[in-house]
This record gives sequence, structure tokens and C-alpha cells, in this order.
Amino acid sequence: MNDYAHIGRSVLRREGRAKLTGAALFTDDLKIEGLLHGTTVRSRVPRGRIMGIHFEEGFPWEEFIIVTAQDIPGKNVVAHLIQEQPCLADGVINHAEEPILLLAHPDPERVQDARERVRVDVEPLPPVLSIEDSLRCDPVIWGEDNIFKTILITKGDPERARAKGHLQLEATYYTGAQEHVYIEPNAIIGEATPDGVLVRGSMQCPYYVHHALHELFQLPLDKVRAAQVETGGAFGGKEDYPSMLACHAALLSWKAGGRPVKIVYDREEDMACTTKRHPSRTRIRSAFAADGTLLSLDVEFLLDGGAYMTLSPVVLSRGALHASGPYRCPDLRIHARALATNTPPHGAFRGFGAPQSLFAIERHMDEAAHRLGLDPAELRRKNLLRTGDAMATGQIMRDEVDLIALMDRALAEIRYAEKRASYPVLNAGDEPVKRGVGFSVFMHGGGFTGSGETMLHSVAALEGTADGQVRVLAASTEMGQGANTVFTQVAAEALQAPLDLIVVATPDTGVVPNSGPTVASRTTQVVGKLIQDAALAMRKTLLDAGYLQDGDVAAAIRAYVAQHGTLRTESQYQKPDFVQWDDTTYRGDAYATYAWACYAADLRIDLVTYETQVADFVTVQEVGRVLNPTLAAGQIEGGVAQGIGWGLNEEVIWRQGSMANHQMSNYLIATAVDLPRIRVFFEERPYAYGPGGAKGIGELPMDGPAPALLNAVQHALQITPRQVPMTPEVLMDLVEGA
Amino acid sequence: MTTQKILLKLTVNGEARQALVHPMSRLLDVIREDFCLTGTKEGCGEGECGACSVILDGSLVNACLVPAIQAQGSTMRTVEGLAGVDLSPLQQAFLHHGGAQCGFCTPGMLVAGTYLLETDAVQDEDRAREGLSGNLCRCTGYVKIVDALLAAREGRP
Repeated sequence: MNDYAHIGRSVLRREGRAKLTGAALFTDDLKIEGLLHGTTVRSRVPRGRIMGIHFEEGFPWEEFIIVTAQDIPGKNVVAHLIQEQPCLADGVINHAEEPILLLAHPDPERVQDARERVRVDVEPLPPVLSIEDSLRCDPVIWGEDNIFKTILITKGDPERARAKGHLQLEATYYTGAQEHVYIEPNAIIGEATPDGVLVRGSMQCPYYVHHALHELFQLPLDKVRAAQVETGGAFGGKEDYPSMLACHAALLSWKAGGRPVKIVYDREEDMACTTKRHPSRTRIRSAFAADGTLLSLDVEFLLDGGAYMTLSPVVLSRGALHASGPYRCPDLRIHARALATNTPPHGAFRGFGAPQSLFAIERHMDEAAHRLGLDPAELRRKNLLRTGDAMATGQIMRDEVDLIALMDRALAEIRYAEKRASYPVLNAGDEPVKRGVGFSVFMHGGGFTGSGETMLHSVAALEGTADGQVRVLAASTEMGQGANTVFTQVAAEALQAPLDLIVVATPDTGVVPNSGPTVASRTTQVVGKLIQDAALAMRKTLLDAGYLQDGDVAAAIRAYVAQHGTLRTESQYQKPDFVQWDDTTYRGDAYATYAWACYAADLRIDLVTYETQVADFVTVQEVGRVLNPTLAAGQIEGGVAQGIGWGLNEEVIWRQGSMANHQMSNYLIATAVDLPRIRVFFEERPYAYGPGGAKGIGELPMDGPAPALLNAVQHALQITPRQVPMTPEVLMDLVEGA
Repeated sequence: MTTQKILLKLTVNGEARQALVHPMSRLLDVIREDFCLTGTKEGCGEGECGACSVILDGSLVNACLVPAIQAQGSTMRTVEGLAGVDLSPLQQAFLHHGGAQCGFCTPGMLVAGTYLLETDAVQDEDRAREGLSGNLCRCTGYVKIVDALLAAREGRP
């Protein structure tokens, strides 16, 4: 039963028609007069000192715009959490893709040719290329101890509780880097003069770019503008990196007297140089009672942050806060550290640290079940959080969700009990193809961690126009996830207006207020709520002024604007009253709410080729109210596809701190034949503080696939895989080494 | 480039078009730069992703791998040629099923899907998946793209 006019319905994607006809214009599609093409000269060594820059003699360098660190008018920094990452290397090199010099020319081929004619002489220094080397401080490359950030979460006395365990288990889990492979590579156009800087391009977070440009040029905030252009996928990969491109394009334009400069990375450059998911190492020491009750957890969670801090502290935080999984555990310790290495900085990628730590705990639970002689489902049944339980930070679980029922539904859909019993019998035969079934249970916190949302002070606004339309003004970007459409539904619902009345404005910092970055599964849950509140306020304004008697919203807006000149309502984030968080002790409500899920996988593993095929994949999730079933399912299916890739195939191969396989032909993302028909089921329990009852959804589906798949590998082959990606090569080593 | 330019003439989406180009220019660049048909995208430049799929004389090709001279005198269809007054049935199905998310692979997907439908290569889901396996999508997990293709084949929305 749906009491809503627009919410809960599969409203068609607002910009869908433009995307289907080729009319949608992405950054590289824009026609711009007088355009210069920019490119980047980079380091080729992971760590060293720049001794000199040489330009090939006899080459017409006077045709080119050339920018080095010395040309930067303000601070040589790409500002994020702290100001540390240089925009252009100045003397010191900290990773193998570090930008050193920029070139621009009207002819894109000429500028690529010129790039090869610049030689940077570097005196190499010994690099740190792994978590282990970084821990050993061999050598120290950042601060005093290579540690960007440490987080400690403690509850009770895990050592004492551990001593009482019937089973004491210790294991270490590893996850690899992952490349986003949005199909549109990074692309930015910059125009910069002392009168003002404008950057347009493919980006998630216009106000992050705005902040970076402000610091780089040291211009007043109102002289700097960042505007999003249609963005061809992002997944976190266009959260912080576009600030780098924006700074580069704007600097070239500045030096060129304001001529527009476009930088479009080709696929190889994009894969090699931009951020990737943080590699991780997680050691878990646990203790269980004989009946399977979890008594103690001690988790050491380590992330490889790369050469600069960038977003690593917040990625670490989310990883740490999800490290104990959806389980009750009275005595625990989570010790998390993000470490410096001489690789390009790792950054945001859908899930943001949670997939790494959840992979470890969800594999660990299956290993524990095996050792205890219990079915993994039985072990979880004993330990899953229930409403009213205390989580790792002492947060009381308020969500009215029955995780056991959620799990049982997924297990029934995949016919878990039957396959759990029958596959070992089948596998005992001579057939080279072995079968396994496995699952994971997990959660994902919606919105910024802890006090993050309060500190953001996000604002969204609605504006009535003279012709009776409503413009939604928010900095939150459409990147494929459906923000345009969901914002339209939420605004129309609250205004009691038809969908066609609503227009979502282009996120342009010169036009829209700062509704925060488009990250952290916060766009629907947090910004959507601001839009709902602003729309309710607009409706009230119209009603109070006596313009809505006959219910015609468009006519009321026209009349109001004709009378009063403007009609604008705003809403600013207010945290739900119950949310209490202490950043110093890591105690309290880490997230206002969580989405909850159980994912189950049925695998076929060919022991001749070691190829793994996902035969069936079931997802059951509780995400509050589903605002748009088609878009929501699309988010889950796409996230699962990325999760399966991370679990099985997507391997970043590092060579001297650089991604060696930086091509689509040797870094393999799934094609349509590599994936099953991913099955999506929603449990809907409206969340009181979300628009129409919605919670965040975007990152959740990244968290569950990898552990579910590897749990199925354990079932199929009776081995204990502890790393992703579980490529055929890794699997062969495990099986044949066993 | 020192080679002489050639006058490339071909039929694009039913219209006679010509451009003065280097013979070894990529067809993709001619489409985007000379014909200003920017619906055809570059995702990888090495024939892996299919974002630059076009139909050239009845064959589905990656325009990033085709030298311009090879298109001399040919008939080509790009995403801009798929809709008439209304969206094509496949475009309608993509809209209805949610086959487009970020939209960057979508033109190539639609061109490939159109080719598959016209060559009757979508008998069932497995064949549809096989047929689309030269086109990479990072947003959808392919479920809704496959659903759209199957729906269009059966003439339903």
C-alpha cells in the first residue's frame, strides 16, 4: 500500500532521455572557443629528489604554456582535510605518478608529443612500498612514524574475556587495491584570471573543488567557482581527485592569460594516477564459547594510505567502526591505523573502508563456525545484533530490524540449507567443477561518521520561479545513482506538486548552497531530507500567503513570485536529538542509522582452470523506505557487480609503487557474461529521520559480496581463503599448496 | 603528421557527410570532432569498453580502432541515428527498465543492442549477455540493460 503520489514509485530517470539519444553533454563533449589542451609531466620513481628539469633542444617550446610549482600564485597545495599534498612537486617526489610540470597547447597531439620531450632528473631515495615496510618505519617517509591516523575503540576487557574462550582463533586477512573504472575518465575545463576562476567538469563534490581552488589561488571565495558537468560514473573516484585536475587546468589557464584549458585523462593515465581503494591488512583475535557465543574480539586494522593523507583518516574511521560487524560482543578492542607508503594516495571508493574490515570479520565468523563445528548460520544466529543491543562504540541499536529474519530470507532464496548439505556430496565425485554456497551479514552506516554531519552544516534550498517552476538547489551531484530523480520525487511529494514542476539545478558553487559532498550514502538520506523540509516550508509559505486554495502549486508560485519578487526556502541539517558522539573517545552514535543486509552466493569453481563463476547471487537488505524501486535495485546490482569484481578478478598489480596493469585489457572488470542475474530483495522499515522514511543505500552493496564469495569458496573446497581478489592464480596456489 | 589529408565521404545516420581528414585518424575522432556527433564516447581507446560502438556497413565496430580511411564510402549509424520522432523501442525499454545510470556507456550499449536486435542475436538471456559482452558498464551490473534488450526484442515496454 503506497500512500504517496511520487515516493515509492519507479519514476523514470529525469535526465534519461538525454542520456539515451546522445544529447547529454559530458565534459569532453563541450565545444569551447580558443581551447587549449593540457597534460601532465609526472615522476617515474616512487621517491626521490628532483635535480633538474630539461626541455629537449630544438623543440618549439615557445608554442606551449608551461607551468611548474613556481607559477602557483597562492599555496602549492591541493587542500583536503589538511594542506599537505602539493599541486605540483617542488623538489621532493613521494610517489611514482606525482605531477611535476604542466603543458598546454591548442593541438592535443602536439601536447602529448611535447610531454615525451621533457626529462626530469631525479635522485632516487629508498621507497616504502608495503604496509609491512611502513610499520617497520623502513624508512620514515611521513611524520615521525609513517602513521596518518590511529583510532582505538575499546569496550570491556577483551584479553580477560579471551582467556575464558572455548575457541581462541587468530587470523589475518588481506584486501587489494581496486580501481574505480568509471567509464568516463576524469575531465576538467579551467578558466582562470585574477578576476576569477571557473572550473567545470566531471566531479562528485563541487565545494571540495571550490575549496582547493580558493587555497591554490588565494582568491576570495566569491571569485572561485566550480560547476559539475554530466558525470560518467564516479564511485568515490571523483570525490577528491578532481580537485587535483581542477588546480592543474586552472593553473595552465592562469598562465595562458585566461584561455580555457581542458585536461582529459586517457584511460591509462586515469587508472595509473588517480585514487584507488585502500589495500588493507586486518588481524582478528577472537574467542567464542562452546555454544558459539562471541566473547571477545581484538581487531588490528591497517590501511595503506599512499603518499599523502588525503581522505585516509576518514576512510580508516569508517573501516574501524564497521570492524566488529553486526555482532554483539561485550569485550572488544579495535585498533586502526592508516599508514604512509610511496604509492599514489589511496582514496574514496564506494564503501570507504567498510568493505575491507567487514570482509575480515565475515570471513572470520565462517572460520570460527567451521572450527566450532557449527553451521555459519547458526553461529550468526547466536551473535547477530538485536534492537536494544550495544554496538562497539556503545551505540544502542535503535533500528527496529530483525537481522535473523533478514538472514533467513536470503538463505531461503538461495536454498542454502539444501545446498550446504548436497554440495559436499557432489564435490566428492570426480567432476572438476566444485560447488559452494556462502553468505555474509553486514551493515553500512548512512551519512558522515560521528559528528561529521553536524560539522558540515549542510544547506539545501528550493526556489520558485516566475513561470511557476521549482528549482532544487543543492551541491549534491547526479553521477548515475539517480539523485536528480529522487530529489524531484521528494520535492514534488512534499509540495504536493506534479513531477514536471521540479527542476534540479546544475550543482554550481556560484548558484547552489553547500549541501555537502556527494559521498557516504548521504545524498538521499541527509540531503533528501533537507530538500523535503525546504519543500514543506515552501508549501507552508504558499498556504500562509493564501495562494494555494485550489491546490494548483504552479499557479500559486507564479502568483507569489509576481507579488513578492522571490520565493526561496532553505533547510539546514539538524542532527536527530538522540545522536551523541565523542570524537576523542570514539564513544556514542557513530551513525544516526544503518542499512542492514545479508548477501548469499552460489559458486562454481573449475579445478582445471581455477575459474570461479557466480551461479546465483541473492541480496536482501533493509534500507528504510525505498523511494524509487528501479533506481534502488540498480544501485544494489551495480554495487554487487563491483563487489564481485573486488572479490574475484580485479587485481591491481604494483611495480615500484606504480599500477603496472593500468589498462582495461589487463585490469578486468566484469562483462555481462561474467555476472549472474543479481537478485534484489528489500525489507522496508521507514526511518523516521529520512525523507519519506529512506536511508542511505549507495555503498551498502559493496560490503557484502567479497566475504560471501570467499565463504562459498571455503564451503566448496574446504580451504580457508583470507585474501581478495581471489584470482585463479591465488586459488591455485591455495589448493595446490594445501 | 606529414601524410596528406583525404576527403572522407560517407553516409552518417542517413545523411551524406564529408570531412578532410588524415587517413589514419581514428574514426572516433572524425565522428566526434568533424561531425560533432559527441554521443559516441571514448572510454579506453583500445577497443575494450565499447563506449565508441557504431554500426559501419552493417558491422558493429569500435570506432577507436577503425582508421578513418576504412570508412570511405560507407554507411554508418551512431547513437544519434537511433531515435526517430520518438525513441526507438530499445531506447524506450532502456528508459523504462533503468538501463542507463551514468549514461556514458549507454550510447555504445544502445548501438550494440540495436545491432543485436537487427541481427536476431537475442534469442534468450544468455545470448543477450554474450552479445553485450563487448560493452562494459560499471554502474548497472547489466541486469537492467539485459532486461531492456529482452523487452525490446519481445516488443514490450
